[in-house]
Amino acid sequence: MQTKYSWYSLLKAGLSGQDWDQAIPLIQPKSKYDVIIIGGGGHGLATAYYLAKECGINNVAVVEKGYIGGGNTGRNTTIIRSNYLRDEASSLYEHALQLWEGISEDLNFNVMFSQRGVYNLGHNLQNMRDIERRVNANVLNGVDAVVVDANEIKQQIPIINTSKNARYPILGASYQARGGVARHDGIAWGFARAASMIGVDIIQDCEVIDIEVEEGRVKGVKTTKGEIKADRIGCVSAGHSSVLAKMAGLRLPIESHPLQAFVSEAMKPVLHTVVMSNAVHGYISQSDKGDLVVGAGIDGYNSYAQRGSTKIVEHAAAAILELFPIFSRVRMNRQWGGIVDVCPDACPIISPTKVEGLYFNCGWGTGGFKATPGSGNVFAHTIAQDKQHPLAEPFHIDRFTTGALIDEHGAAGVAH
Amino acid sequence: MLLIHCPYCKESRDQSEFSPAGEAFIARPKNPEGISDEEWADYVFYRTNHKGNHWEQWVHANGCRKYFLVERSTISHQILQVAPFGARNNETEL
Repeated sequence: MQTKYSWYSLLKAGLSGQDWDQAIPLIQPKSKYDVIIIGGGGHGLATAYYLAKECGINNVAVVEKGYIGGGNTGRNTTIIRSNYLRDEASSLYEHALQLWEGISEDLNFNVMFSQRGVYNLGHNLQNMRDIERRVNANVLNGVDAVVVDANEIKQQIPIINTSKNARYPILGASYQARGGVARHDGIAWGFARAASMIGVDIIQDCEVIDIEVEEGRVKGVKTTKGEIKADRIGCVSAGHSSVLAKMAGLRLPIESHPLQAFVSEAMKPVLHTVVMSNAVHGYISQSDKGDLVVGAGIDGYNSYAQRGSTKIVEHAAAAILELFPIFSRVRMNRQWGGIVDVCPDACPIISPTKVEGLYFNCGWGTGGFKATPGSGNVFAHTIAQDKQHPLAEPFHIDRFTTGALIDEHGAAGVAH
Repeated sequence: MLLIHCPYCKESRDQSEFSPAGEAFIARPKNPEGISDEEWADYVFYRTNHKGNHWEQWVHANGCRKYFLVERSTISHQILQVAPFGARNNETEL
């Protein structure tokens, strides 16, 4: 039995010795559903939630091979922003950001969304020209963005090194005030709980081992918990998208790479905002717990191993020390990797496929977390109506055939 | 961190001397004018992205600057074999 979280439920459970209701029931799959979502990360759970809430399809299962939020949702650096260059991308990410702004109330779950602002630094004249171009494009698209100079950055972030003698001097930045961070696995728990409360079955520890296709139509999946039938299947499995595609006899324009991050010991508040730099290849924020969260770049080779090379971590650490010499004695606590599905144009694929009833939402690469609610929202509508949501239309897989790529490497290629 | 054996230098060196250069055995279409957009897309963008033992290209960027082939597990990162280009010519499956 799940009850709404409120002051009353908090008080009641608190006084009764933490007798909390189960957040998400542990269940076995039924033999048939209207829609199966493969992948219980943030995007997949959001898809299931919006299918039930907005599309009137409640007979939905989310199958997850591990536990919910245990994949990339729990492995990223939680940065949220929508200041992308291209119209198609900024519309999609802005849709997501607007959903983020109301998500805790909508889900009845505090995802700790904190709009503490995001700086994207520029270190040379060409960086600054690109930043001004992107900020102008953002403003024209109704996305909040301003260009700030080095003095303003120094005023806002006193610990940053704006010396002109730095190896990569800071000349300025773009600033999105509505950007920020959120509790990474909180969004998965929130979507999972809210979805299960409106009828979605969330089945953990259930790995898909085959996708059944008959005469060009999808029929169901074989899992470690038996066969499950469905006429429509949405694959939202990030790094393992190519593996699922192969089961259905498809290929994707995607390669999987490790992306690494690391956190320091918790310490007192020292950095109140998010600082990213494409040029020196690092990005940093301080979590509510107090640890510095630092993200690195991807390894160039393909991998499904959830770990990467030391030199990538060293590179990111060097970049962060270049920006914040004050952190030189900070001790690092943990380091990990996640497998990201990288598309050639650094934009996602939200699309039907050649197999009828089989849809893919993948290719988010290094920056999918920020899009979680928006991605699920447009993908749910795409599955429900068998027609792409208007915001998802430019992200059809056919763009790699027609050549209508959405080149977001400038805003998305490195830092997230 | 990988230790990679360059088949040209005949030495095992640190990964930092090398750069990965993508999936191996992707041949440019022999009749570029004659193939469809789908075939072009497959050549330019679509990849196997294999989970398991995977043939890929590396370049000894800070060494001899030559490209060569590496069979490596994308699950464990273990390198199974390296080969210079051309080694595959007379074999059906390398």
